[in-house]
Amino acid sequence: MSSMLIRQLTPFYGSRQAVKPVDMTVRANQITAIIGPSGCGKSTILRCLNRMHETIRGAYATGTVMLGDTDIYDPKEDPTMIRRRVGMVFQQPVALRTRNVYENVAVGLRLHGMTNKADLDGAVEKALREAVLWDEVKDVLDKPGNALSGGQQQRLSIARALAVKPDVLLLDEPCSALDPFATVSIEELLLTLKENLMIIIVTHNMQQAARVSDETAVFMVDTSSGQALGELVELDATSKVFTEPREERTELYISGRVG
Amino acid sequence: MKPSTNYRWRKLVDRVMRGATVAATGCAVIPLVAIIAYVIALGGSAMSVSFFTDVYQPPDLPTQNDELINEEVPFNPDDPFANLEMPAPESTDGALAGESAESQAVANAYAAGPRGGVLHGILGTLMITGIGLLMALPIGIFAGVYLSEYRNERLATIVRFSSDVLSGSPSIVAGVVIYVLVVLQTEQFTAIAGSMALAILMVPIVTRTTEEMLKLVPEAMREAARGLGAPTWYSTFTVVLPTALPGIVTGVMLAFARGAGETAPLILTVLGSNVITMSMFEPMAALPLLTYRYTESPYIGENTLAWGAAFVLVVLVLIVNILVRLATRRVGVTR
Repeated sequence: MSSMLIRQLTPFYGSRQAVKPVDMTVRANQITAIIGPSGCGKSTILRCLNRMHETIRGAYATGTVMLGDTDIYDPKEDPTMIRRRVGMVFQQPVALRTRNVYENVAVGLRLHGMTNKADLDGAVEKALREAVLWDEVKDVLDKPGNALSGGQQQRLSIARALAVKPDVLLLDEPCSALDPFATVSIEELLLTLKENLMIIIVTHNMQQAARVSDETAVFMVDTSSGQALGELVELDATSKVFTEPREERTELYISGRVG
Repeated sequence: MKPSTNYRWRKLVDRVMRGATVAATGCAVIPLVAIIAYVIALGGSAMSVSFFTDVYQPPDLPTQNDELINEEVPFNPDDPFANLEMPAPESTDGALAGESAESQAVANAYAAGPRGGVLHGILGTLMITGIGLLMALPIGIFAGVYLSEYRNERLATIVRFSSDVLSGSPSIVAGVVIYVLVVLQTEQFTAIAGSMALAILMVPIVTRTTEEMLKLVPEAMREAARGLGAPTWYSTFTVVLPTALPGIVTGVMLAFARGAGETAPLILTVLGSNVITMSMFEPMAALPLLTYRYTESPYIGENTLAWGAAFVLVVLVLIVNILVRLATRRVGVTR
Protein backbone atom coordinates (compact mmCIF):
# COMPACT_ATOMS: atom_id res chain seq x y z
CA MET A 1 0.00 0.00 0.00
CA SER A 2 1.09 3.50 -0.70
CA SER A 3 1.05 6.77 1.11
CA MET A 4 -1.49 9.56 1.19
CA LEU A 5 -0.38 12.83 -0.39
CA ILE A 6 -2.36 15.83 0.77
CA ARG A 7 -1.76 18.94 -1.35
CA GLN A 8 -3.26 22.40 -0.76
CA LEU A 9 -6.25 20.85 1.01
CA THR A 10 -8.47 23.74 2.09
CA PRO A 11 -11.81 23.13 3.80
CA PHE A 12 -14.62 25.69 3.71
CA TYR A 13 -17.89 26.06 5.59
CA GLY A 14 -19.99 28.01 3.13
CA SER A 15 -17.97 31.09 2.29
CA ARG A 16 -15.85 30.80 5.43
CA GLN A 17 -12.46 29.20 5.09
CA ALA A 18 -11.75 26.94 8.07
CA VAL A 19 -8.09 26.01 7.67
CA LYS A 20 -5.15 27.41 5.71
CA PRO A 21 -4.12 25.14 2.81
CA VAL A 22 -2.62 21.96 4.21
CA ASP A 23 0.24 20.01 2.66
CA MET A 24 1.21 16.78 4.33
CA THR A 25 2.18 13.25 3.50
CA VAL A 26 0.89 10.35 5.52
CA ARG A 27 2.77 7.09 5.29
CA ALA A 28 1.32 3.62 5.29
CA ASN A 29 1.85 1.27 8.23
CA GLN A 30 2.18 4.24 10.51
CA ILE A 31 0.00 6.01 12.98
CA THR A 32 -0.22 9.72 12.39
CA ALA A 33 -1.63 11.80 15.22
CA ILE A 34 -3.26 15.17 14.68
CA ILE A 35 -3.23 17.34 17.77
CA GLY A 36 -4.07 20.95 18.53
CA PRO A 37 -6.42 23.16 20.50
CA SER A 38 -10.17 23.27 19.93
CA GLY A 39 -11.19 25.05 16.75
CA CYS A 40 -7.87 24.49 14.99
CA GLY A 41 -9.56 22.46 12.28
CA LYS A 42 -8.02 19.07 13.04
CA SER A 43 -11.34 17.21 12.89
CA THR A 44 -12.31 19.15 9.79
CA ILE A 45 -9.12 18.09 8.03
CA LEU A 46 -9.64 14.49 9.11
CA ARG A 47 -13.19 14.53 7.74
CA CYS A 48 -11.87 15.86 4.43
CA LEU A 49 -9.79 12.73 3.99
CA ASN A 50 -12.82 10.54 3.25
CA ARG A 51 -15.10 13.32 2.01
CA MET A 52 -17.26 13.29 5.14
CA HIS A 53 -16.66 17.03 5.45
CA GLU A 54 -18.92 17.83 2.51
CA THR A 55 -21.89 16.02 4.09
CA ILE A 56 -22.32 19.08 6.29
CA ARG A 57 -24.60 21.54 4.53
CA GLY A 58 -22.63 24.17 2.63
CA ALA A 59 -19.27 22.59 3.39
CA TYR A 60 -16.73 21.78 0.70
CA ALA A 61 -12.99 21.49 0.25
CA THR A 62 -10.47 22.34 -2.45
CA GLY A 63 -7.11 20.77 -3.19
CA THR A 64 -6.10 17.20 -3.81
CA VAL A 65 -5.72 14.10 -1.70
CA MET A 66 -3.92 11.33 -3.55
CA LEU A 67 -4.42 7.85 -2.15
CA GLY A 68 -2.28 5.61 -4.31
CA ASP A 69 -3.32 6.52 -7.85
CA THR A 70 -6.71 7.88 -6.81
CA ASP A 71 -7.41 11.54 -6.29
CA ILE A 72 -10.08 11.47 -3.60
CA TYR A 73 -11.36 14.84 -4.82
CA ASP A 74 -11.62 13.79 -8.46
CA PRO A 75 -15.19 14.73 -9.47
CA LYS A 76 -15.51 11.31 -11.07
CA GLU A 77 -14.99 9.57 -7.74
CA ASP A 78 -18.09 8.49 -5.81
CA PRO A 79 -17.72 9.63 -2.18
CA THR A 80 -19.39 6.44 -0.94
CA MET A 81 -16.68 4.32 -2.61
CA ILE A 82 -13.98 6.58 -1.18
CA ARG A 83 -15.43 6.03 2.30
CA ARG A 84 -15.19 2.30 1.81
CA ARG A 85 -11.43 2.64 1.24
CA VAL A 86 -11.02 5.25 3.96
CA GLY A 87 -12.97 4.07 7.01
CA MET A 88 -13.86 6.25 9.93
CA VAL A 89 -14.42 5.81 13.66
CA PHE A 90 -16.07 8.58 15.62
CA GLN A 91 -15.81 10.07 19.08
CA GLN A 92 -19.08 8.52 20.22
CA PRO A 93 -19.14 4.72 19.79
CA VAL A 94 -22.00 3.78 17.48
CA ALA A 95 -23.55 0.47 18.46
CA LEU A 96 -26.85 0.06 16.67
CA ARG A 97 -29.36 -1.02 19.28
CA THR A 98 -31.74 -2.36 16.66
CA ARG A 99 -29.10 -4.88 15.59
CA ASN A 100 -27.18 -7.51 17.46
CA VAL A 101 -23.41 -7.58 17.82
CA TYR A 102 -23.00 -9.76 14.72
CA GLU A 103 -25.16 -7.53 12.55
CA ASN A 104 -23.41 -4.42 13.85
CA VAL A 105 -20.32 -5.67 12.05
CA ALA A 106 -22.09 -7.34 9.12
CA VAL A 107 -24.02 -4.19 8.19
CA GLY A 108 -21.10 -2.75 6.23
CA LEU A 109 -20.41 -6.07 4.50
CA ARG A 110 -24.05 -6.41 3.46
CA LEU A 111 -23.98 -2.82 2.24
CA HIS A 112 -21.14 -3.70 -0.08
CA GLY A 113 -22.90 -6.76 -1.40
CA MET A 114 -21.76 -9.72 0.68
CA THR A 115 -24.76 -12.00 1.15
CA ASN A 116 -23.33 -15.50 1.56
CA LYS A 117 -23.81 -16.61 5.16
CA ALA A 118 -20.49 -18.46 5.40
CA ASP A 119 -18.57 -15.51 3.92
CA LEU A 120 -20.29 -13.15 6.33
CA ASP A 121 -19.55 -15.40 9.32
CA GLY A 122 -15.88 -15.55 8.38
CA ALA A 123 -15.54 -11.83 7.71
CA VAL A 124 -17.36 -10.84 10.90
CA GLU A 125 -15.20 -13.13 13.02
CA LYS A 126 -12.03 -11.87 11.32
CA ALA A 127 -13.00 -8.22 11.90
CA LEU A 128 -13.90 -8.88 15.53
CA ARG A 129 -10.60 -10.70 16.05
CA GLU A 130 -8.69 -7.82 14.45
CA ALA A 131 -10.50 -5.46 16.81
CA VAL A 132 -9.48 -7.73 19.75
CA LEU A 133 -13.13 -8.10 20.65
CA TRP A 134 -13.87 -11.65 19.52
CA ASP A 135 -13.10 -13.41 22.79
CA GLU A 136 -15.31 -10.99 24.71
CA VAL A 137 -18.34 -11.13 22.42
CA LYS A 138 -18.26 -14.55 20.74
CA ASP A 139 -20.94 -15.80 23.14
CA VAL A 140 -23.15 -12.71 22.93
CA LEU A 141 -23.27 -12.22 19.17
CA ASP A 142 -27.07 -12.19 19.31
CA LYS A 143 -27.28 -9.51 22.01
CA PRO A 144 -28.14 -5.96 20.95
CA GLY A 145 -25.11 -3.84 20.14
CA ASN A 146 -25.70 -1.35 22.92
CA ALA A 147 -25.54 -4.12 25.55
CA LEU A 148 -21.73 -3.90 25.38
CA SER A 149 -19.63 -1.57 27.52
CA GLY A 150 -18.42 1.76 26.12
CA GLY A 151 -14.93 0.46 25.34
CA GLN A 152 -16.36 -2.67 23.72
CA GLN A 153 -18.76 -0.55 21.68
CA GLN A 154 -15.85 1.51 20.38
CA ARG A 155 -13.95 -1.63 19.42
CA LEU A 156 -17.17 -2.86 17.80
CA SER A 157 -17.24 0.38 15.79
CA ILE A 158 -13.63 -0.25 14.76
CA ALA A 159 -14.48 -3.86 13.81
CA ARG A 160 -17.32 -2.58 11.65
CA ALA A 161 -14.96 -0.18 9.89
CA LEU A 162 -12.29 -2.92 9.48
CA ALA A 163 -14.74 -5.47 8.10
CA VAL A 164 -14.96 -3.73 4.72
CA LYS A 165 -11.14 -3.87 4.45
CA PRO A 166 -10.24 -0.19 4.18
CA ASP A 167 -6.76 1.04 3.25
CA VAL A 168 -6.95 3.89 5.73
CA LEU A 169 -8.60 4.18 9.13
CA LEU A 170 -9.49 7.65 10.40
CA LEU A 171 -10.26 8.02 14.10
CA ASP A 172 -11.80 11.21 15.45
CA GLU A 173 -11.04 11.38 19.19
CA PRO A 174 -11.94 7.69 19.56
CA CYS A 175 -11.14 7.57 23.27
CA SER A 176 -12.56 10.82 24.61
CA ALA A 177 -15.79 9.09 25.69
CA LEU A 178 -13.93 6.18 27.30
CA ASP A 179 -12.32 5.49 30.67
CA PRO A 180 -8.52 5.04 30.94
CA PHE A 181 -8.62 1.23 30.80
CA ALA A 182 -10.78 1.18 27.69
CA THR A 183 -8.46 3.83 26.24
CA VAL A 184 -5.44 1.60 26.77
CA SER A 185 -7.19 -1.30 25.04
CA ILE A 186 -7.96 0.89 22.02
CA GLU A 187 -4.38 2.14 21.87
CA GLU A 188 -2.97 -1.38 21.98
CA LEU A 189 -5.40 -2.31 19.25
CA LEU A 190 -4.22 0.57 17.06
CA LEU A 191 -0.59 -0.50 17.46
CA THR A 192 -1.41 -3.98 16.14
CA LEU A 193 -3.62 -2.64 13.36
CA LYS A 194 -0.95 -0.40 11.87
CA GLU A 195 0.79 -3.49 10.49
CA ASN A 196 -1.78 -3.55 7.69
CA LEU A 197 -3.24 -0.08 7.66
CA MET A 198 -2.60 3.60 7.47
CA ILE A 199 -4.03 5.15 10.63
CA ILE A 200 -4.75 8.81 11.27
CA ILE A 201 -6.01 9.74 14.71
CA VAL A 202 -7.26 13.08 15.99
CA THR A 203 -6.82 13.39 19.72
CA HIS A 204 -7.00 15.95 22.50
CA ASN A 205 -4.86 13.73 24.64
CA MET A 206 -1.18 14.62 24.18
CA GLN A 207 0.00 11.55 26.07
CA GLN A 208 -2.04 9.42 23.74
CA ALA A 209 -0.41 10.99 20.71
CA ALA A 210 3.02 10.46 22.28
CA ARG A 211 2.21 6.82 23.17
CA VAL A 212 0.78 5.56 19.90
CA SER A 213 1.84 7.72 16.99
CA ASP A 214 4.86 7.59 14.71
CA GLU A 215 4.28 11.04 13.31
CA THR A 216 2.47 13.99 14.77
CA ALA A 217 0.84 16.91 13.01
CA VAL A 218 0.23 19.98 15.15
CA PHE A 219 -2.52 22.40 14.22
CA MET A 220 -2.97 25.86 15.75
CA VAL A 221 -5.50 28.65 15.47
CA ASP A 222 -4.38 31.81 13.73
CA THR A 223 -6.51 34.83 14.68
CA SER A 224 -4.27 37.48 13.16
CA SER A 225 -6.65 38.06 10.24
CA GLY A 226 -9.52 38.86 12.62
CA GLN A 227 -11.21 35.48 12.24
CA ALA A 228 -10.13 32.12 13.55
CA LEU A 229 -8.27 30.17 10.89
CA GLY A 230 -6.68 26.81 11.55
CA GLU A 231 -3.22 26.01 10.24
CA LEU A 232 -0.78 23.14 10.19
CA VAL A 233 2.29 24.41 12.04
CA GLU A 234 4.36 21.28 12.48
CA LEU A 235 4.60 17.78 11.08
CA ASP A 236 7.40 15.51 12.12
CA ALA A 237 8.33 12.30 13.88
CA THR A 238 6.42 12.17 17.17
CA SER A 239 9.60 11.89 19.23
CA LYS A 240 10.93 15.03 17.59
CA VAL A 241 7.73 17.04 17.96
CA PHE A 242 7.50 16.22 21.63
CA THR A 243 11.17 16.74 22.51
CA GLU A 244 12.45 19.48 20.23
CA PRO A 245 9.54 21.21 18.49
CA ARG A 246 10.42 23.76 15.88
CA GLU A 247 7.79 26.25 16.92
CA GLU A 248 7.50 27.86 20.30
CA ARG A 249 3.72 27.70 20.38
CA THR A 250 3.93 23.94 19.79
CA GLU A 251 6.12 23.67 22.83
CA LEU A 252 3.75 25.82 24.88
CA TYR A 253 0.83 23.69 23.78
CA ILE A 254 2.31 20.24 24.33
CA SER A 255 3.81 21.20 27.65
CA GLY A 256 0.36 22.23 28.84
CA ARG A 257 1.16 25.88 29.42
CA VAL A 258 -1.22 27.03 26.69
CA GLY A 259 -4.35 25.53 25.17
CA MET B 1 -24.12 29.08 57.82
CA LYS B 2 -27.38 30.73 58.83
CA PRO B 3 -30.36 30.23 56.52
CA SER B 4 -30.79 33.28 54.34
CA THR B 5 -33.34 35.83 55.51
CA ASN B 6 -35.87 35.09 52.74
CA TYR B 7 -35.67 31.35 53.26
CA ARG B 8 -39.22 30.99 54.65
CA TRP B 9 -40.62 33.18 51.87
CA ARG B 10 -38.92 31.05 49.23
CA LYS B 11 -40.25 27.93 50.89
CA LEU B 12 -43.78 29.39 50.83
CA VAL B 13 -43.57 30.40 47.17
CA ASP B 14 -42.36 26.91 46.35
CA ARG B 15 -45.40 25.37 48.09
CA VAL B 16 -47.86 27.76 46.43
CA MET B 17 -46.42 27.18 42.95
CA ARG B 18 -46.40 23.47 43.48
CA GLY B 19 -50.02 23.58 44.66
CA ALA B 20 -50.98 25.62 41.60
CA THR B 21 -49.45 23.09 39.20
CA VAL B 22 -51.18 20.21 40.98
CA ALA B 23 -54.52 22.05 40.87
CA ALA B 24 -54.11 22.83 37.19
CA THR B 25 -53.27 19.20 36.46
CA GLY B 26 -56.41 18.20 38.35
CA CYS B 27 -58.53 20.58 36.26
CA ALA B 28 -57.05 19.06 33.12
CA VAL B 29 -57.63 15.47 34.20
CA ILE B 30 -61.12 15.80 35.72
CA PRO B 31 -62.99 16.29 32.41
CA LEU B 32 -61.14 13.34 30.91
CA VAL B 33 -61.98 11.06 33.80
CA ALA B 34 -65.56 12.35 33.92
CA ILE B 35 -66.14 11.70 30.22
CA ILE B 36 -64.71 8.21 30.39
CA ALA B 37 -66.68 7.40 33.54
CA TYR B 38 -69.92 8.73 32.05
CA VAL B 39 -69.44 6.81 28.81
CA ILE B 40 -68.62 3.64 30.71
CA ALA B 41 -71.62 4.05 33.04
CA LEU B 42 -74.17 4.73 30.30
CA GLY B 43 -72.55 2.76 27.50
CA GLY B 44 -71.78 -0.20 29.71
CA SER B 45 -75.50 -0.71 30.33
CA ALA B 46 -76.00 -1.23 26.59
CA MET B 47 -73.57 -4.13 26.59
CA SER B 48 -75.00 -7.52 25.80
CA VAL B 49 -74.13 -10.40 23.52
CA SER B 50 -76.47 -9.14 20.81
CA PHE B 51 -74.88 -5.70 21.01
CA PHE B 52 -71.72 -7.18 19.53
CA THR B 53 -73.28 -9.82 17.29
CA ASP B 54 -76.37 -8.15 15.88
CA VAL B 55 -76.98 -5.26 13.54
CA TYR B 56 -79.69 -2.61 13.46
CA GLN B 57 -83.19 -3.74 14.39
CA PRO B 58 -86.09 -1.37 13.72
CA PRO B 59 -88.30 -0.37 16.67
CA ASP B 60 -91.09 -2.78 17.55
CA LEU B 61 -93.95 -0.65 16.20
CA PRO B 62 -97.46 -1.91 15.46
CA THR B 63 -97.56 -1.77 11.68
CA GLN B 64 -101.13 -0.54 11.39
CA ASN B 65 -100.33 2.59 13.33
CA ASP B 66 -97.70 3.95 11.02
CA GLU B 67 -99.76 7.02 10.26
CA LEU B 68 -99.44 8.05 13.87
CA ILE B 69 -95.79 8.89 13.27
CA ASN B 70 -95.71 9.65 9.61
CA GLU B 71 -97.60 7.94 6.87
CA GLU B 72 -94.54 8.28 4.64
CA VAL B 73 -92.38 6.10 6.84
CA PRO B 74 -93.37 2.50 7.07
CA PHE B 75 -90.23 0.85 8.37
CA ASN B 76 -89.03 -1.76 6.00
CA PRO B 77 -86.66 -4.09 7.87
CA ASP B 78 -84.89 -4.89 4.62
CA ASP B 79 -84.15 -1.26 3.80
CA PRO B 80 -80.62 -0.53 5.03
CA PHE B 81 -81.39 3.15 5.34
CA ALA B 82 -84.73 2.76 7.08
CA ASN B 83 -84.16 5.18 9.91
CA LEU B 84 -81.67 7.53 8.36
CA GLU B 85 -84.18 10.18 7.41
CA MET B 86 -86.71 9.61 10.06
CA PRO B 87 -88.60 12.78 10.98
CA ALA B 88 -88.86 13.77 14.58
CA PRO B 89 -92.12 12.50 16.10
CA GLU B 90 -94.66 15.27 16.57
CA SER B 91 -97.56 13.56 18.22
CA THR B 92 -95.97 11.38 20.80
CA ASP B 93 -97.89 13.07 23.59
CA GLY B 94 -101.11 11.45 22.49
CA ALA B 95 -99.37 8.16 22.11
CA LEU B 96 -97.77 8.38 25.50
CA ALA B 97 -101.16 9.17 27.01
CA GLY B 98 -101.98 5.60 26.09
CA GLU B 99 -105.66 5.86 25.25
CA SER B 100 -105.81 2.93 22.89
CA ALA B 101 -104.00 -0.35 22.65
CA GLU B 102 -102.24 0.82 19.52
CA SER B 103 -101.03 4.07 20.97
CA GLN B 104 -99.94 2.18 24.04
CA ALA B 105 -97.88 -0.10 21.82
CA VAL B 106 -96.31 2.90 20.14
CA ALA B 107 -95.51 4.41 23.51
CA ASN B 108 -93.93 1.13 24.54
CA ALA B 109 -91.85 1.13 21.38
CA TYR B 110 -90.50 4.57 22.23
CA ALA B 111 -89.66 3.61 25.77
CA ALA B 112 -88.40 0.10 25.02
CA GLY B 113 -84.83 -0.96 25.80
CA PRO B 114 -82.18 -1.38 23.11
CA ARG B 115 -82.81 -3.81 20.26
CA GLY B 116 -80.18 -5.22 17.96
CA GLY B 117 -76.51 -4.29 18.04
CA VAL B 118 -73.72 -2.33 16.42
CA LEU B 119 -71.65 -5.10 14.79
CA HIS B 120 -72.06 -3.31 11.46
CA GLY B 121 -70.61 -0.17 13.01
CA ILE B 122 -67.63 -1.96 14.58
CA LEU B 123 -66.76 -3.70 11.32
CA GLY B 124 -67.33 -0.50 9.35
CA THR B 125 -65.07 1.59 11.57
CA LEU B 126 -62.30 -1.01 11.44
CA MET B 127 -62.51 -1.27 7.66
CA ILE B 128 -62.86 2.43 6.85
CA THR B 129 -60.16 3.51 9.29
CA GLY B 130 -57.89 0.57 8.44
CA ILE B 131 -58.01 1.20 4.69
CA GLY B 132 -57.56 4.92 5.33
CA LEU B 133 -54.49 4.18 7.41
CA LEU B 134 -53.07 1.97 4.66
CA MET B 135 -53.42 4.92 2.30
CA ALA B 136 -51.89 7.38 4.76
CA LEU B 137 -48.96 5.22 5.95
CA PRO B 138 -46.69 5.18 2.89
CA ILE B 139 -47.35 8.84 2.13
CA GLY B 140 -46.88 9.94 5.71
CA ILE B 141 -43.77 7.88 6.43
CA PHE B 142 -42.00 8.77 3.20
CA ALA B 143 -42.87 12.44 3.64
CA GLY B 144 -41.58 12.26 7.23
CA VAL B 145 -38.33 10.69 6.02
CA TYR B 146 -37.98 13.45 3.46
CA LEU B 147 -38.59 16.19 6.04
CA SER B 148 -36.08 14.70 8.45
CA GLU B 149 -33.28 13.47 6.18
CA TYR B 150 -33.42 16.37 3.72
CA ARG B 151 -34.54 18.93 6.25
CA ASN B 152 -32.73 21.93 4.81
CA GLU B 153 -34.25 21.93 1.36
CA ARG B 154 -36.75 24.66 0.66
CA LEU B 155 -39.40 22.17 -0.40
CA ALA B 156 -39.12 20.59 3.06
CA THR B 157 -40.02 23.90 4.69
CA ILE B 158 -43.07 24.24 2.46
CA VAL B 159 -44.18 20.66 3.08
CA ARG B 160 -43.70 21.03 6.83
CA PHE B 161 -45.81 24.20 6.90
CA SER B 162 -48.56 22.70 4.74
CA SER B 163 -48.60 19.61 6.90
CA ASP B 164 -49.08 21.70 10.03
CA VAL B 165 -51.91 23.67 8.44
CA LEU B 166 -53.57 20.47 7.29
CA SER B 167 -53.38 18.84 10.70
CA GLY B 168 -54.92 21.95 12.24
CA SER B 169 -57.76 22.30 9.76
CA PRO B 170 -61.27 21.17 10.71
CA SER B 171 -62.05 17.60 9.73
CA ILE B 172 -65.23 18.59 7.92
CA VAL B 173 -63.00 20.25 5.32
CA ALA B 174 -61.51 16.88 4.41
CA GLY B 175 -65.07 15.55 4.18
CA VAL B 176 -66.21 18.35 1.86
CA VAL B 177 -63.18 17.93 -0.39
CA ILE B 178 -63.77 14.21 -0.84
CA TYR B 179 -67.52 14.83 -1.19
CA VAL B 180 -66.90 17.16 -4.12
CA LEU B 181 -64.00 15.26 -5.69
CA VAL B 182 -65.21 11.69 -5.22
CA VAL B 183 -68.80 11.36 -4.02
CA LEU B 184 -70.27 13.84 -6.50
CA GLN B 185 -68.16 12.42 -9.35
CA THR B 186 -69.15 8.81 -8.68
CA GLU B 187 -72.68 9.81 -7.66
CA GLN B 188 -72.40 7.35 -4.82
CA PHE B 189 -71.63 7.47 -1.11
CA THR B 190 -68.89 4.89 -0.60
CA ALA B 191 -66.79 3.57 2.25
CA ILE B 192 -63.62 4.09 0.21
CA ALA B 193 -64.43 7.80 -0.01
CA GLY B 194 -64.57 7.85 3.78
CA SER B 195 -61.19 6.15 3.93
CA MET B 196 -59.79 8.84 1.62
CA ALA B 197 -61.16 11.61 3.84
CA LEU B 198 -59.67 9.97 6.94
CA ALA B 199 -56.36 9.45 5.11
CA ILE B 200 -56.20 13.20 4.47
CA LEU B 201 -56.52 13.73 8.22
CA MET B 202 -54.03 11.00 9.14
CA VAL B 203 -51.21 11.89 6.72
CA PRO B 204 -50.02 15.01 8.57
CA ILE B 205 -50.02 13.17 11.90
CA VAL B 206 -47.93 10.31 10.52
CA THR B 207 -45.66 12.74 8.67
CA ARG B 208 -44.84 14.95 11.62
CA THR B 209 -44.44 12.08 14.10
CA THR B 210 -42.12 10.26 11.70
CA GLU B 211 -40.10 13.42 11.22
CA GLU B 212 -39.82 14.13 14.94
CA MET B 213 -38.87 10.54 15.75
CA LEU B 214 -36.23 10.43 13.01
CA LYS B 215 -34.76 13.68 14.30
CA LEU B 216 -34.27 12.01 17.69
CA VAL B 217 -31.99 9.38 16.13
CA PRO B 218 -28.45 10.51 17.00
CA GLU B 219 -26.56 12.14 14.14
CA ALA B 220 -23.64 9.88 15.08
CA MET B 221 -25.54 6.89 13.67
CA ARG B 222 -26.01 8.57 10.30
CA GLU B 223 -22.35 9.61 10.33
CA ALA B 224 -21.26 6.06 11.10
CA ALA B 225 -23.32 4.71 8.22
CA ARG B 226 -21.98 7.36 5.88
CA GLY B 227 -18.44 6.65 7.10
CA LEU B 228 -18.86 3.06 5.93
CA GLY B 229 -19.74 4.30 2.47
CA ALA B 230 -23.51 4.00 2.83
CA PRO B 231 -25.66 6.25 0.64
CA THR B 232 -28.37 8.25 2.40
CA TRP B 233 -31.21 5.90 1.46
CA TYR B 234 -29.31 2.93 2.86
CA SER B 235 -28.59 4.55 6.20
CA THR B 236 -32.18 5.79 6.34
CA PHE B 237 -33.84 2.45 5.75
CA THR B 238 -31.44 0.10 7.52
CA VAL B 239 -30.25 2.24 10.41
CA VAL B 240 -32.34 5.33 11.05
CA LEU B 241 -35.87 4.05 10.45
CA PRO B 242 -35.49 0.84 12.52
CA THR B 243 -34.10 2.87 15.40
CA ALA B 244 -37.04 5.26 15.29
CA LEU B 245 -39.65 2.56 14.67
CA PRO B 246 -41.25 2.44 18.14
CA GLY B 247 -41.87 6.17 18.03
CA ILE B 248 -43.25 6.02 14.51
CA VAL B 249 -45.64 3.23 15.48
CA THR B 250 -46.89 5.47 18.28
CA GLY B 251 -47.65 8.15 15.70
CA VAL B 252 -49.46 5.63 13.51
CA MET B 253 -51.51 4.59 16.53
CA LEU B 254 -52.41 8.20 17.22
CA ALA B 255 -53.44 8.59 13.60
CA PHE B 256 -55.67 5.51 13.82
CA ALA B 257 -57.30 6.82 16.99
CA ARG B 258 -57.90 10.19 15.37
CA GLY B 259 -59.40 8.58 12.28
CA ALA B 260 -61.59 6.12 14.17
CA GLY B 261 -63.24 8.95 16.11
CA GLU B 262 -63.95 11.27 13.19
CA THR B 263 -67.63 11.81 12.42
CA ALA B 264 -67.98 14.88 10.23
CA PRO B 265 -66.05 13.63 7.19
CA LEU B 266 -67.93 10.32 7.29
CA ILE B 267 -71.35 12.00 7.15
CA LEU B 268 -70.36 13.47 3.79
CA THR B 269 -68.68 10.37 2.41
CA VAL B 270 -69.86 6.98 3.74
CA LEU B 271 -73.37 8.15 4.75
CA GLY B 272 -74.01 5.20 7.04
CA SER B 273 -75.86 1.92 6.82
CA ASN B 274 -78.01 -0.36 8.92
CA VAL B 275 -76.59 -3.60 7.65
CA ILE B 276 -73.15 -5.16 7.36
CA THR B 277 -71.54 -4.28 4.06
CA MET B 278 -68.23 -5.75 3.06
CA SER B 279 -67.88 -3.74 -0.14
CA MET B 280 -65.79 -0.58 0.10
CA PHE B 281 -67.83 0.79 -2.80
CA GLU B 282 -71.11 1.04 -0.95
CA PRO B 283 -72.28 3.15 1.95
CA MET B 284 -71.08 1.66 5.22
CA ALA B 285 -71.82 1.98 8.91
CA ALA B 286 -69.30 3.38 11.37
CA LEU B 287 -69.37 3.75 15.14
CA PRO B 288 -69.18 7.55 15.24
CA LEU B 289 -72.02 7.71 12.69
CA LEU B 290 -74.13 5.33 14.76
CA THR B 291 -73.46 7.42 17.84
CA TYR B 292 -74.52 10.53 15.96
CA ARG B 293 -77.68 9.08 14.41
CA TYR B 294 -78.81 7.11 17.43
CA THR B 295 -78.36 10.08 19.73
CA GLU B 296 -80.80 12.00 17.52
CA SER B 297 -83.29 9.16 17.58
CA PRO B 298 -86.56 9.55 19.50
CA TYR B 299 -86.35 5.94 20.67
CA ILE B 300 -84.87 5.45 24.13
CA GLY B 301 -83.42 2.09 23.10
CA GLU B 302 -81.49 3.67 20.24
CA ASN B 303 -80.18 6.39 22.57
CA THR B 304 -78.78 3.61 24.71
CA LEU B 305 -77.17 2.06 21.64
CA ALA B 306 -75.56 5.44 20.93
CA TRP B 307 -73.90 5.37 24.35
CA GLY B 308 -72.88 1.81 23.71
CA ALA B 309 -71.34 2.74 20.38
CA ALA B 310 -69.43 5.60 22.01
CA PHE B 311 -68.25 3.18 24.69
CA VAL B 312 -67.03 0.67 22.11
CA LEU B 313 -65.20 3.47 20.27
CA VAL B 314 -63.39 4.49 23.43
CA VAL B 315 -62.50 0.89 24.24
CA LEU B 316 -61.37 0.30 20.65
CA VAL B 317 -58.96 3.22 20.81
CA LEU B 318 -57.77 2.00 24.21
CA ILE B 319 -57.14 -1.52 22.88
CA VAL B 320 -55.24 -0.18 19.87
CA ASN B 321 -53.08 1.85 22.24
CA ILE B 322 -52.29 -1.09 24.47
CA LEU B 323 -51.64 -3.51 21.60
CA VAL B 324 -49.25 -1.15 19.89
CA ARG B 325 -47.40 -0.45 23.10
CA LEU B 326 -46.94 -4.16 23.69
CA ALA B 327 -45.83 -4.66 20.10
CA THR B 328 -43.30 -1.82 20.06
CA ARG B 329 -41.74 -3.00 23.30
CA ARG B 330 -40.57 -6.07 21.42
CA VAL B 331 -39.79 -4.29 18.15
CA GLY B 332 -37.24 -2.04 19.92
CA VAL B 333 -34.61 -4.78 19.57
CA THR B 334 -34.76 -7.08 16.59
CA ARG B 335 -32.85 -10.11 15.33
